[in-house]
Amino acid sequence: MKKRSRSTEVILSTDSINVVYQESLIALQNVSLDIPAAKLTAILGPSGCGKTTLLKVIAGLIKPTSGSVKVRGKEIEGPGPDRALVFQDFALLPWATVLQNVGFGLRARGVPKKERDETSLHYIKEVGLLGFEDKYPHQLSGGMRQRTGLARALTINSDILLMDEPFSAVDEQMRRKLQEDLLNLLKVENKTVIFVTHSIEEAVYLADQVIILSGRPGSVAEIVYPKIDRTGEIDLIRRQPGYIDLVDEIWSSLKKYVE
Amino acid sequence: MQKSPFWSLIFWAGVWEFVGQMQWMTLLPPLSGIWFAFAELFQQSAFWDAFIMTARTFGIGLSLSIVVGIPIGILMGISSRADKILSVWVNLFLSAPITAVIPALMPILGIADATVIATVILFSIWVVIIDTQAGVTHVKDSLVEMGKIFGCSRSKIIFWIVIPSAMPEIITGIRLSVVRAVKGVIVGQIVIALIGFGGLFSTYLSYFLMERFWALIIVVFIMSFTIIGLVEMLERRIAFYAKSR
Amino acid sequence: MENQIKYSQTNEDSKLNITKVGPKTSLLFFRIISFFLVFLIWELAGRSDISIAFPPFSKVFLAFIEMILSGEFVEAYADSLPPLLIGLLITVVGGVIIGVSVGLVRSAEWFIMPLLIIFQTAPVSALIPMLTYIYGISDTSKIVAIVILGMPLVALNSYKGIQSTNPSLLEMSASFLASRTNTIIFVILPSAQKMIFAGLRLGISGAFIGIVLAELLITPTGIGDLITYNRFIARYDKMFATIVSILAIAGLTLSLMRVFEDWLFPKEKN
Repeated sequence: MKKRSRSTEVILSTDSINVVYQESLIALQNVSLDIPAAKLTAILGPSGCGKTTLLKVIAGLIKPTSGSVKVRGKEIEGPGPDRALVFQDFALLPWATVLQNVGFGLRARGVPKKERDETSLHYIKEVGLLGFEDKYPHQLSGGMRQRTGLARALTINSDILLMDEPFSAVDEQMRRKLQEDLLNLLKVENKTVIFVTHSIEEAVYLADQVIILSGRPGSVAEIVYPKIDRTGEIDLIRRQPGYIDLVDEIWSSLKKYVE
Repeated sequence: MQKSPFWSLIFWAGVWEFVGQMQWMTLLPPLSGIWFAFAELFQQSAFWDAFIMTARTFGIGLSLSIVVGIPIGILMGISSRADKILSVWVNLFLSAPITAVIPALMPILGIADATVIATVILFSIWVVIIDTQAGVTHVKDSLVEMGKIFGCSRSKIIFWIVIPSAMPEIITGIRLSVVRAVKGVIVGQIVIALIGFGGLFSTYLSYFLMERFWALIIVVFIMSFTIIGLVEMLERRIAFYAKSR
Repeated sequence: MENQIKYSQTNEDSKLNITKVGPKTSLLFFRIISFFLVFLIWELAGRSDISIAFPPFSKVFLAFIEMILSGEFVEAYADSLPPLLIGLLITVVGGVIIGVSVGLVRSAEWFIMPLLIIFQTAPVSALIPMLTYIYGISDTSKIVAIVILGMPLVALNSYKGIQSTNPSLLEMSASFLASRTNTIIFVILPSAQKMIFAGLRLGISGAFIGIVLAELLITPTGIGDLITYNRFIARYDKMFATIVSILAIAGLTLSLMRVFEDWLFPKEKN
């Protein structure tokens, strides 16, 4: 498909980011990255390597000790409408319905209720939650909660979608379903996705570019470009010859950082 | 529990009846005798005057505690400076023997509603503040981050995310403050000993009208129990979202 | 867009400037400011014409010193402290024993729980004037007042602490064939510790309310009498000084309790 074609336009870049906590604990060291537009980039690494910190720096939630993040060449000054974040723990308001949760970003911008609900319903339908818009988060399964979080991120129509281990809080089968649905969704929505994960399989399955972070302090160890064809049947992705090899390859280079 | 606590209550009522019938203590009449005292109690205008006075002072004092306590708690939750300045005092008064302050209130505020209201407030406001603050400080980081991501201003984050999130703790604080306000309104009236139920208690005691004395104790107990039960019901209704946070 | 959130708000150590206890020096600094502010407001309020019965802080402070030097405090506390200490001891020891046994033994739970709940909600303070008729004007009255106001709180919290033991820890203990005694000592009591201490703090505060009530209502001795007497002769500065002294002692006792708890069970780092 055209939208997943190998254009090399860089939409977001980070320039030698350092994050130091309390003057001694170095979370990120000299991280410089280019994120290609309309591609899915996975950030992979052992736990505690600073991958979530990196994503939050990109989101504008954490100010790096030094270095900068640029979107289309312009330095960011905090969270912005060009980037939407999907949270690991969903971050849904427990007292609000699915419709209200999905419309939160629009409400924050002062979009009138009618228009807000229309847009929200459109994305609720797109993530497959139609019929659940009046339910509360505690009435939903983990998978449905994350679909709500995803729909909320989509409503503000940002070009860049940041996802912080979005499927780690759901069970294995639900995770597979959500991964497939994400790929299908990206065929419709033209998004640049930056995706934090600790699962090698998930990274290889989804990503066009896998950034491997080393352990503490987090720095870029390697960048891998999976040659996986995702244009055809989604079910066939894991059967492609390169898939298992690449998973093994990444594991052998990552192994030394684990523990 | 295998057996219902109801039977335990019946058992204790039986013990009371037995001790009363034995007439070991004139201060403790048999439970059965107290039944008639209820009717007498409800016929007295003094009882209803005391009831209205108690309800009024309790209501005003508790409402003021809640209306003033919640904003202070929120302020202490979002501003570390306010927290550092106020927390010493809030924690001190939370568990201080407020009873000792009542004699000081009487010459300032007079032997009337104002002193009882002040006692109710001094008993009940601190727990509202503490619990509200706890609710505000324990807001999930990710919810606040979510607000920032979608460009919420600081005040929107506070009103749309932080305060609703703190609701379960705030309700718990209100429940605990109701319990303390009940104690405050009674203790206040008893220390003043001239007005409301406190006046009735001391009158009945000095004239040895023990049936009425105990009947009044039971009536006050049932009223406290009902009020506290109602707040607990309210608390349970919004418990679902405390769990799913 | 409209999100002009400054970076100062997005630092890692503050979400909304919600900062936990800062460095020690700054906390001390704020404590001093806090005390200074309260005393200043008190002084100004006392100097304004709110009521002659509300003396300014400076007067109360001087009265406080005077009462220490003249021995009035010593005399009053010599009357109040012994029954308070005995009452506290009974409250603490008795409350924990009752609470723990009610939590561990089913039949005790059935038997005593309703009583505890009634004692916690009932207007127990109304019973205190009655104590004079039973025990007269004596230390016993004070002790009983302390115990009936403090002990139910300690017992109920100890009970709740025992009940809240993590069931999977109990299953673990059972699967390793631990004896009942071992389970109680190594699993149940340690996990109830927090609640028990919370109950002790509530109980101590109840005990102070009990002694003050008893001395105000029935036995005109000790601290309660000093408050009533000074009100009667309109020495409001001395009355406030006495009230401040009992509030301070209650606050100090509770802080000591906290220190004791931290010493006994050092906080785990999280």
